Amino acid sequence: MESLLSLTVAGLFGISVYLLLSRSLVRLLLGVVTLGNATNLLIFTAGRILGTVPPIVPEGEQTPIGEIANSLPQALILTAIVISFSLFAYVLVLSYRAYQDLGTDDSDEMQLSEARSPTEGEAR
Amino acid sequence: MNQAALSPVTWLAILPAILPLAAGALAIALRGRLAMQRWFALLVLLLELGLNIALLVHVRDHGIMSLTMGNWLPPFGISFTADMLGAVLALAATFVSLACCLYAFADIDEVATRFGFYPMLLVLVGGMNGAFLTGDIFNLYVWLEILLISSFGLIILGGTRLQLDGAVKYAFLNLVATTLFLIATGLLYGAVGTLNFADLVAKAANYPHQNLLSVIAALYLVALAMKAAAFPLFFWLPASYHTPKFVASALFAALLTKVGVYGIYRIFTAVFAGGMGFVPLTLTWAAGLTMLLGAAGAVAQHRMRPMLGFLVVAGIGYMLLGFSLGTENARAAGTFYMVQSMLVMAGLYLLSGLVHGARKTVPTSGSSASLYDDQIALAILFLVLGFAVAGLPPFSGFWPKFALVRESLAQHLGWAAAAVLISGFLTTIAIARSFAATFWGGSHLSDDGEQPGPQTSFATLTPILAIAALVLVFGLLPGTLYGLAGGAARGIADYGPYVAAVLGAGP
Repeated sequence: MESLLSLTVAGLFGISVYLLLSRSLVRLLLGVVTLGNATNLLIFTAGRILGTVPPIVPEGEQTPIGEIANSLPQALILTAIVISFSLFAYVLVLSYRAYQDLGTDDSDEMQLSEARSPTEGEAR
Repeated sequence: MNQAALSPVTWLAILPAILPLAAGALAIALRGRLAMQRWFALLVLLLELGLNIALLVHVRDHGIMSLTMGNWLPPFGISFTADMLGAVLALAATFVSLACCLYAFADIDEVATRFGFYPMLLVLVGGMNGAFLTGDIFNLYVWLEILLISSFGLIILGGTRLQLDGAVKYAFLNLVATTLFLIATGLLYGAVGTLNFADLVAKAANYPHQNLLSVIAALYLVALAMKAAAFPLFFWLPASYHTPKFVASALFAALLTKVGVYGIYRIFTAVFAGGMGFVPLTLTWAAGLTMLLGAAGAVAQHRMRPMLGFLVVAGIGYMLLGFSLGTENARAAGTFYMVQSMLVMAGLYLLSGLVHGARKTVPTSGSSASLYDDQIALAILFLVLGFAVAGLPPFSGFWPKFALVRESLAQHLGWAAAAVLISGFLTTIAIARSFAATFWGGSHLSDDGEQPGPQTSFATLTPILAIAALVLVFGLLPGTLYGLAGGAARGIADYGPYVAAVLGAGP
């Protein structure tokens, strides 16, 4: 199970890097989403995947009986999902506004704020 | 395990993070009352400054202070641990934010207030303090995201085309950087099984597969170098920092990159202390190239704020060099430089707003009246802060650069010492050119984008004067700050007291 998930994570990372290298903002957005999901799955896998035993300590015991999945990574993912979701919502709106105002979704054509040489600056 | 009952003083370790966050939430609830918001924010930040000073004094006199959340004993609960490094940086960050808050009285108009400038400022301060004071690596990631969210809001206040363009680059690059940080943290937990810095010190050092850890270290290095804007990952900074409102770019330049540097200082001492052979060498090269390319980029810029953006980058180089040299003196110099760079860069960005505002009132066509005659106070302040960046005595930038050159030579790294000196020389040229063009020359040369600049007034001049005064004090009496920076450097050289403060004195 772990090795299957590891391969999935690797595949997702590959896809997201490919998308992030693109110039189109829409692909960049999809790359960011894939990257976030790949990361969450990675943390999930790092916390052991173990069948059906709930991580509960029985009455009168100090530690759980038998091997259980670590529940801390799941708490971490919960935090990370909320954060990546809200940040994605922000960049989604930002990209749409940038497309409306700048008239392009090609990051190569977004050169308005880049450092300019003095001559270019004066030509403007 | 440390099971002693908590004294109320221990709350000082977390109050600087809680207070601004709670106040920020309250300020959002009060968003209808525009006039009240700024006074509320100013009051909260004054209170916050008091908390930070109390915390620093306590850490100086009684050592490291730790507080663990919930009924979970460390290392399972999330710890807040204030050591010298965190406390000094938190105080400096709060001071700069307070100065910016006062400046915002003039720079932030009613529309920007309605869009929530002050709540975002408060959340930003909360995020800074949380990042500097937390003792948990995943918690550090959360604070980084809180910083990111509020900075996303601040960077587009105004909504001009230029800002949207800058914000797109800023947002995507920083989003990827924090995600890399999260990936590294997930892998680290999977490998070592703990997230508490104090616990990581021993567990990471004794981890059997050290080469696995060095992969994780490389991930952290890329993520934090991206946040800190180090070579070769700095291009987003000069493209975005000159676009927002003046007070917002001052906040960004002073605070955000320093969190990345702080992350390097903390993580590469607590987690990857032993056996990370490639990190110091990589960082030394990156630091040298960062300071050279940053200063060279500044010389190539004609307008003031883009030039300042490159100077922020150059400053990162000195802090990284201080870290990578590895000695206590060098790291003290790096910490000193972090504090002085927070002050100076905030001052210069705030000043660029006043210069921009003053330029509009001076008649431009054919008159001989230059800005110098009209605004001599601004000209003097620009030179004071500019010389501090360039590292000329008697201002605060001189001492850390002097220490860095000496430490580089002591380690037979002549080229690193040369990089510091050449970068300082180029910075002097950039400052002098910008001064001449702005104050003596034709005013079109300092054209600074689409934002309106605020006018000189009590609210705008006081913060810059306070910062300039501090720069002079730290330049003339460097011992005041060096004592604290030295304590910070000792704290990250030996984590013994840190671990003892969090986990108890041991069996």
